[in-house]
Amino acid sequence: MQHVIRIGNAAAFWGDRIAAAAELAAQEPRLDVITMDYLAEVSMSILARQRARDAQAGFPADFIEAMALLAPLLVQRRREQPDAPLRVITNAGGLAPRACAQACARVLLEHGGPACEGMRIGIVSGDDVLPLLRDSGDEDDDALKHLESGDPLATVRDRLVTANVYLGAAPIIESLRQGVDIIITGRVADPSLTVAPCIWHHRWQLHQNDRIAGATVAGHLIECGTQVTGGISTGWLDVPDLAHIGYPIAEVAGDGSCVITKPRTTGGRVTESIVKEQLLYEIGDPDAYLSPDVTASFLSLEVHDEGHDRVRVSGAKGRAAPPKLKVSATYRAGYSAAGTLTIVGRDALAKAMRCAEVVETRLRDAGAQPRRWLVECLGSGGAVPLESLRRENDADGFSEIVLRLSGADERREVVEQFARELMPLVTCGPQGVTGYAEGRPRVHEVYGYWPCLIDRARVKPIVELLEVRPAGAMREVAR
Amino acid sequence: MIIPLYQLAHARSGDKGASANVGVIARNAVAYDLLRDRLTAEAVQMFFAPLPVNRVDRYELPNLLALNFVLVGVLAGGASLSLRTDAQGKALGQALLEMMIDVPDELLACVGRSVHQPTGAAL
Repeated sequence: MQHVIRIGNAAAFWGDRIAAAAELAAQEPRLDVITMDYLAEVSMSILARQRARDAQAGFPADFIEAMALLAPLLVQRRREQPDAPLRVITNAGGLAPRACAQACARVLLEHGGPACEGMRIGIVSGDDVLPLLRDSGDEDDDALKHLESGDPLATVRDRLVTANVYLGAAPIIESLRQGVDIIITGRVADPSLTVAPCIWHHRWQLHQNDRIAGATVAGHLIECGTQVTGGISTGWLDVPDLAHIGYPIAEVAGDGSCVITKPRTTGGRVTESIVKEQLLYEIGDPDAYLSPDVTASFLSLEVHDEGHDRVRVSGAKGRAAPPKLKVSATYRAGYSAAGTLTIVGRDALAKAMRCAEVVETRLRDAGAQPRRWLVECLGSGGAVPLESLRRENDADGFSEIVLRLSGADERREVVEQFARELMPLVTCGPQGVTGYAEGRPRVHEVYGYWPCLIDRARVKPIVELLEVRPAGAMREVAR
Repeated sequence: MIIPLYQLAHARSGDKGASANVGVIARNAVAYDLLRDRLTAEAVQMFFAPLPVNRVDRYELPNLLALNFVLVGVLAGGASLSLRTDAQGKALGQALLEMMIDVPDELLACVGRSVHQPTGAAL
């Protein structure tokens, strides 16, 4: 039987710690793969916004910074363990996987030196289905309807900005077979970044659904990084050494079971309760966790705490993957702005409410009321506005409230008007109004999220190869 | 006796498109049996009603002593459109843990632990 494959995660989202990959590589000389996840549902719309300003953009620059720190460690690993390379698999390609790979090649040479020459970067694309959606006719409206609301695509077709299908493990496996060191993909289902190296390493067949379901569970557990090593856990205050919290590692065995753990020298904690919390994170029906690779059931899972920050997860059951693939599209949905002021002193809540009324009256007078409008009094239960959680903490005495106003409208000028009406409260508002150093709120474009399904036959993944050379020229080897 | 859910369970929440889910994990089997009975989809929908929430789907995971609640439509348009501070429903788990649960007195001793006791190795 094949030895376990040890897969770490060093980026849960775009904005995670840039040094995490280099630290994980230094802490774990026996790691096989580092996965890095940059693409949440809303990330593509942020990339689209950046690409609108700069045609060369379209992938998270954080990844390139992370690779600058990781490059010397990859070189060291190649020297010390030439037969056991550390591979990196990431969806950092975003909307521009090729451009991301070129930037990665440059930074490897710059920070890893000539030893990086000859390293191979696999590029997985073909996830961009925007032309397909844009050119779709009315006859496709039902097939491409919004997965949740059921609205036909026609309602947003002329406003589409991005449309990317979630690719699965298959094109990543194809890339691994080409002997790559780094794989950069566009939109790929998060767990597939983990599933692909498991299938490849253990030589599983694509019909071995229980094993693939097990690897999918492992991928689901580590894809949010430190959320499975103590981050956001209910018992967070008792988690030790949070400043040095370790990033997670899944040791996936040949039968598809795994042990979730973390580097020995790090802070944080991996326990049965924390692993269970992360198993339930952002899932729907636990009997049908859908991915492009398998439909996994969590209902037969066993979670066993082996102590010393090692938790075994076994018993996953899998059945065939859904016949269609999921598409995550974004469309232009107008403009929004949000700003805050802090109100300190007696009757802070009442004063905050009065401030909101002042802005509302001024916008009404100007005929510029944003179609969507929200007033939140943070500090008095405003973040989750349930009567049972209201905190009347300023009923009789000194307190403080963060007043947050936000507005959205398809008319930019209306949102601009709102953004201009907040800061005048610094002088006409209550005594004790403060916290305005950020200045006038920024107006930015808003993108709506359009999930839909597409036939597998209409999706053609593309696998390319870039060899790191001083010139950085891309050599396409396979397609 | 009426006690807050956090004495019986721990939780985690996040977004799923325009919906959010809250996973609730009972601290032990006695608490799970009680919550399966008391923490119904209707009770959770009533608790979150002002947000508002269109529908609550409940899934049971007896193997993990857990219940999963999907709060359909609670994020009003989804994370990228929502104006809320908590656009992604990350705080909904903490909110639900404040829900008051009626626990028969004879079960009190075996369902949870006191509020201020350090969690220690339990979490």
